[in-house]
Amino acid sequence: MAIRSFFIPFLLFVLCFCSSLSPVLSLYEDQVGLMDWHQQYIGKVKQAVFSTQKTGRRRVIVSTEENVIASLDLRHGEIFWRHLLGSNDVINGIDIGLGKYVITLSSGGSILRSWNLPDGQMVWESFLQGPKHSKSLLLVPTNLKIEKDNVIVVFSNGRLHAVSCIDGEVLWKKDFEAESFEAQQVIQPSGSDLIYVVGFSASSQFKMYQINARNGELLKHESATFSSGFLREVSLVSSEMVVALDSTGSILLAISFQNGEISFQETPISNLVEDSSGPAVIIPLSVPGIFVIKTNSVTIFIKVIGKGKFEVVEKTNHETAVSNALPISEGQQAFALVQHAGSEIHLAVKLAHDWDDNLLKESIKMDQQRGIPHKVFINNYIRTDRSHGFRLLIVMEDHSLLLLQQGAVVWSREDGLASIIDVTASELPLERDGVSVAKVEHNLFEWLKGHMLKLKGTLMLASPKDVAAIQSMRIKSSEKSKMTRDHNGFRKLLIVLTRAGKLFALHTGDGRVVWSHLLHKSEACQSPIGLNLYQWQVPHHHALDENPSVLVISRCGPSSDAPGVLSFVDTYTGKELNSLSLIHAVVQVIPLPYTDSTEQRLHLLVDSDKHAHLYPKTSEALSIFKHEFSNIYWYSVEDHNGIIKGHALKCMCIGEVVDEFCFDTRDLWSVVFPSESEKIIATVPRKLNEVVHTQAKVIADQDVMYKYISRNILFVATVAPKCSGGIGSVTPEESWLVAYLIDTVTGRILHRVTHHGARGPVHAVFSENWVVYHYFNLRAHRYEMSVIEIYDQSRADNKDVWKLVFGKHNLTSPISLFSRPEVITKSQSYFFTHSVKAIAVTSTAKGITSEQLLIGTIGDQVLALDKRFLDPRRSVNPTQAEKEEGIIPLTDSLPIIPQSYITHALRVEGLRGIITVPAKLESTTLVFAHGVDLFFTQLAPSRTYDSLTEDFSYALLLITIVALVAAIIVTWRLSERKELQDKWR
Amino acid sequence: MEKGKGVMGSGRRWAVDFSDNSTAPFSRDIPNPLGFTRASVDQDDSTVSRQKKDAESNWKAQKAWEVAQAPFKNLLMMGFMMWMAGNTVHLFSIGITFSALWQPISALQGVGKVFEPYKDSKVELLGPKLLFIALYLGGLALGVWKLNTLGLLPTHASDWVSSLPPAQEVEYSGGGIPL
Repeated sequence: MAIRSFFIPFLLFVLCFCSSLSPVLSLYEDQVGLMDWHQQYIGKVKQAVFSTQKTGRRRVIVSTEENVIASLDLRHGEIFWRHLLGSNDVINGIDIGLGKYVITLSSGGSILRSWNLPDGQMVWESFLQGPKHSKSLLLVPTNLKIEKDNVIVVFSNGRLHAVSCIDGEVLWKKDFEAESFEAQQVIQPSGSDLIYVVGFSASSQFKMYQINARNGELLKHESATFSSGFLREVSLVSSEMVVALDSTGSILLAISFQNGEISFQETPISNLVEDSSGPAVIIPLSVPGIFVIKTNSVTIFIKVIGKGKFEVVEKTNHETAVSNALPISEGQQAFALVQHAGSEIHLAVKLAHDWDDNLLKESIKMDQQRGIPHKVFINNYIRTDRSHGFRLLIVMEDHSLLLLQQGAVVWSREDGLASIIDVTASELPLERDGVSVAKVEHNLFEWLKGHMLKLKGTLMLASPKDVAAIQSMRIKSSEKSKMTRDHNGFRKLLIVLTRAGKLFALHTGDGRVVWSHLLHKSEACQSPIGLNLYQWQVPHHHALDENPSVLVISRCGPSSDAPGVLSFVDTYTGKELNSLSLIHAVVQVIPLPYTDSTEQRLHLLVDSDKHAHLYPKTSEALSIFKHEFSNIYWYSVEDHNGIIKGHALKCMCIGEVVDEFCFDTRDLWSVVFPSESEKIIATVPRKLNEVVHTQAKVIADQDVMYKYISRNILFVATVAPKCSGGIGSVTPEESWLVAYLIDTVTGRILHRVTHHGARGPVHAVFSENWVVYHYFNLRAHRYEMSVIEIYDQSRADNKDVWKLVFGKHNLTSPISLFSRPEVITKSQSYFFTHSVKAIAVTSTAKGITSEQLLIGTIGDQVLALDKRFLDPRRSVNPTQAEKEEGIIPLTDSLPIIPQSYITHALRVEGLRGIITVPAKLESTTLVFAHGVDLFFTQLAPSRTYDSLTEDFSYALLLITIVALVAAIIVTWRLSERKELQDKWR
Repeated sequence: MEKGKGVMGSGRRWAVDFSDNSTAPFSRDIPNPLGFTRASVDQDDSTVSRQKKDAESNWKAQKAWEVAQAPFKNLLMMGFMMWMAGNTVHLFSIGITFSALWQPISALQGVGKVFEPYKDSKVELLGPKLLFIALYLGGLALGVWKLNTLGLLPTHASDWVSSLPPAQEVEYSGGGIPL
C-alpha cells in the first residue's frame, strides 16, 4: 500500500518531467553519421586534365556536365577539392597553366578563372566581353611567353583574347570583323609566335587568320570558298591541316593552310569505303595524322598520308571512344581507343604515326550495366624500366568514371548518381530462412573487445583513441545495413533513376548501391530517355510472395510525341521483369488509386492525341477500371498558353484496331488565364500516397474546425508575364503573383489570392489541407512565405456530442466533389531570409505526428521548420487558451534556428529535390535530399515519442527495477514480522 | 480509522473473549448452560436493562448522526484544495482530483461497515446512512466537475472527432504538366 501510493505520483512526476522538455532537434556531435549518410559526386565528366608532376600528389582535374570542377586523387578516386559553378555558368573548357593553376573558361566563354591546383582556391577571375555570341575555345600553350608572362589564348564571343596566366590581365584582344565568322580551331604551332584561327563563314567559306601571338597583330587573312558548303565539325590532323566534311556528309575535305595558302583536297567517302551508306559525321579530335568518321553505326579510322591522301586503317561496328593525342616523347604522340564488345572492353594505346603497332592492348571485363564507353582520357607514366605505362580514364554510358591501369580497374565512381531525376522507395525482403542476411556474427574476442570499449566509454575511462573506436563501431553497426526489413521500417531501398537512364537501389542504412540496372535497349528504341518512376506493385496484404516492382517510363527520343517505353523492374533483385515498347507516346501518367488482386497498381497513360491507355492490360484490371469508369478524370496544364483543362473518359477508342484498353476522352472544363496579365509558373498537387489521420482540427476551447481534405486540389501560381526576366527587370507596381486553389475534377476555383508586388520563382508544397509557397516580395526586397489553410464550412455545425458518440453523423461517408463545398480559407505571410531551391514536408506512416517543412536553402542545406510557425491562426498576442494549444506569437519573419539544419555541417551541393518516406514507426520519417551530392537522414518531427532514444540508459532502468523489487521484498518481510508481533502481543 | 476497522473487522480467525459477561446478556446464538433458563433472570432485571438499552440506543443513534455528518468537513476541505489547485492539468491538480474521486468511492463501498457498530434493532440507521451517502455523492460530483473543468471528460465534440478519418471522395483526378 505504501509503495503504491508513492509510486503513482512518482510515475506521474516522471511523465510530466519528460513532456515538459522543449523539443530539441539538433544532434550531438557523436550522433553524426549514425543515422545519416552523405555521398559526394561530380557528374558526367566532360573533360579531364592530368596533373602528374613528380612532386605533389597525382591528380586529375575534371569538368563535368553538372558544372563541377574537381580535383580527384588518381590513386583512389577521392575528391581533393570541388567547385560547383552555377547552373547558367556552363564550363566550356579546362586546362592547367604553369603546372600549378587550373584554368577554366565558362559561361559561354565570358568568364575565365584560375584556381590554385593543390587546394582549389580561386586565384583570379576575368570577364571577357565580345561583340557576339560564338563558340568558345580555350588554349593554354606551354611555351608561349610574352615578356616572361605565360599566355592563355581564349576565343570567345567573336573575339580573340590573350590573357596573362599570372594575374588574369588581358594582354591584347582582336576582333574578327566578319559578321558570320565561326571559329572552329585555334592553333598555336609549337615553337612559333603565330596563332592560327580557322573557321567557316557563311556556310561555304573557309577562313584562316594568322595572328602574331605577341601583340595580336593580324599578319595574314585568307579565305577560300567551297561551293557545296561544310558541316560544322573539323578534325585537326596536323598544325597546318584540318579535315572537314561537306554539307551532304559524303565528301571528305582536307584543308591545308600551309604558309597562308588555303587548298582543298576532295575525297568522296565512297572511294575509301565501298559499302558506306548514309551521311557521315566527323568526330572532333586532335590526333596527328588520324581522324575518325562515323556513318550509321560504323566507326572508320582514316589515316592521312601525304598531302590530302587518305587511307582507311580500321573499320569497326563496335562502339568506340578515342582520346586526344598525348605527347610521350620527342616527336611521338600516343592516343587511346576503347571498344565495347559484349561483356568486355578492349583497350588499345597506339602511336599516332604507326597504326599497326600497339603500345598497349588489353581486354577488361566490364559490368554490362555500365553500357558503352563514351569518353576516354589518356595519361602516361614512366615505369622503373623506363618504358611507358598508361592509365586511362573512361567515362561510361551510365556516367560512371573508371581509372584503368595495368589491365585492371583501379577505381570507379558512380557519378551517374549526381543527376537523379526521380526517386521512389521500396521495402526490403522480410527476414526469413534462406534470405541472405549481411554477416552479423564476428568472433567472440572482437565481441568482448567491443563491449569492453563500450563499458569504458560508459564509465568515462576511455581515451580519445578509444572514443574514436567506439564511434566508428557505432557507425558501422551491421544492424542498420542488413538486407532485410526491420521492425521500425528504417531499412528500405531508395530506387533512383538517373539522367543516364540507369536505376540504382541505395540502401538507406549506409547508402551503398545494392543493385543497378541500365535501361534495356531494344531494336525499336536505341536510346531510351528515362522520365519517371512509379511504384508498380507493392505487395503488403495479398501476393506477399511476389517481389515489389517499379515502373520506369521512358521515351524513345527527345520530342514529346516519341513513342514511350515501359520497363518493370523488380526492386529486390534489379532484374527487368518486362519491357514494353509502346506504339503511342506518353504525355501524362496517372497512377490510379486502385490495385488488382496481385496488388499491381492501375495506371492510366495519356498519349499526345489525348487517348487514355490502361495498364496493366489484363481483364481483371479492365473490370476494376470499368467499375470506376465514370469517376475517373484527368487534367492537363498547358503552361505555355496558360490553360488548365479538365477531361473525362468517354468511350473506347475508335480506330482500325480494336483496343479495349484505350479510351477516348472529352474536355469537361478549362480555366484560361489571360495571357497579358498572368503566366503559370508553378503547379503543385497533393502527394498521392500521403496519409491523413483526421479531418478535424481541435482548436482552443475544445472547438472543432473541419479540414477540407481533397486529393483533387491543385495549387497554381501565376505571375505577370513581365516578371519572367531577372530581378530588377520590373517595378513592384507592375508585378503581381496570383495563387489559386483549383478543384481538378470540376474545375472550380476554391480560392484565389493576389500578392501585389510579388514575383517568382515560386516553390510550393501541398499537404493535407494547406499549401505553403515561397516567392519574392519586390516592395520589401525580401523573400516571403505564405500559408493557405482550407477548411470545410459545411461540416462546421457537426457539434452535437450525442450524435458523434453514437456515430449518427455523415462525416466519414463518401462525398462527391460535384456537391458544392463551402470552404473558407485562412492565410498568413511571413518574411523568410533565404531563397529556396526546394520545399518538402515530412510524411509519416499514419499522419499523426506533427509536420515539419524541409526547406532546401540556397546554401545547399536542408532546414527543418516546424509547421507551427506557418499557422494562419498565429496572432501577436495569443490568448491563454491559444498558447496552451501551442500557437506561437506572430512575428514578421520565420526564425532560422541553426540547430534545425538537418544536414548539420554538410552541404548537398547542387540541391534539386527533397523526398520524404514514412518509416513504419509513426514518429519517424526518412529524408533523402539529392543534387550533385546525396544526403539521407531520419527525422522525428515531434521527437521519438514512440520509442526509446538511443541514449536511453537501460542500465539505470534495470538498477531501478532491481532496487524497487528489493525494496518490496524487504518491506513485505518487515510488515509480516510486525504483524506477527502484533498478533502475539 | 483504518487500523480500528481492521481490528473490528473479520481480520482475525478466532478470539477468546476473557471479559466478564456475567451481567450482560449473551447473544442468542450461544446455547444456554444445562439447567439454566434465561427468561427468569431477564424478567428479574427487565426494567434496569431496558433503561440501559434505551440509553445505549440513544447514544448509538447520536453517534451514527455524527458519523454521517463527518464527510461534510471533508467536502469543504476538498473544495478548498480544488480551488487551490487551479484549472490547468499538472501533477498537483490531477492528484487532488483523483483523490477526490477515489475517497467517495471507497467510502461508499464501506458504508455498511462504518455504521456496523451502531447497528441495533432499535436504532433507525437509514437517515444517517442516506445523509452519509448524499454527502459522499456530493464529493464525487465535485470530483467529476473538477475533472471536467480540467478538460479530462469527453463532453465536447472535439473529443469525438479528433480521430475521425477524412471522408472518401468518389471522384479521382490526376495529371499535371505534360512530361
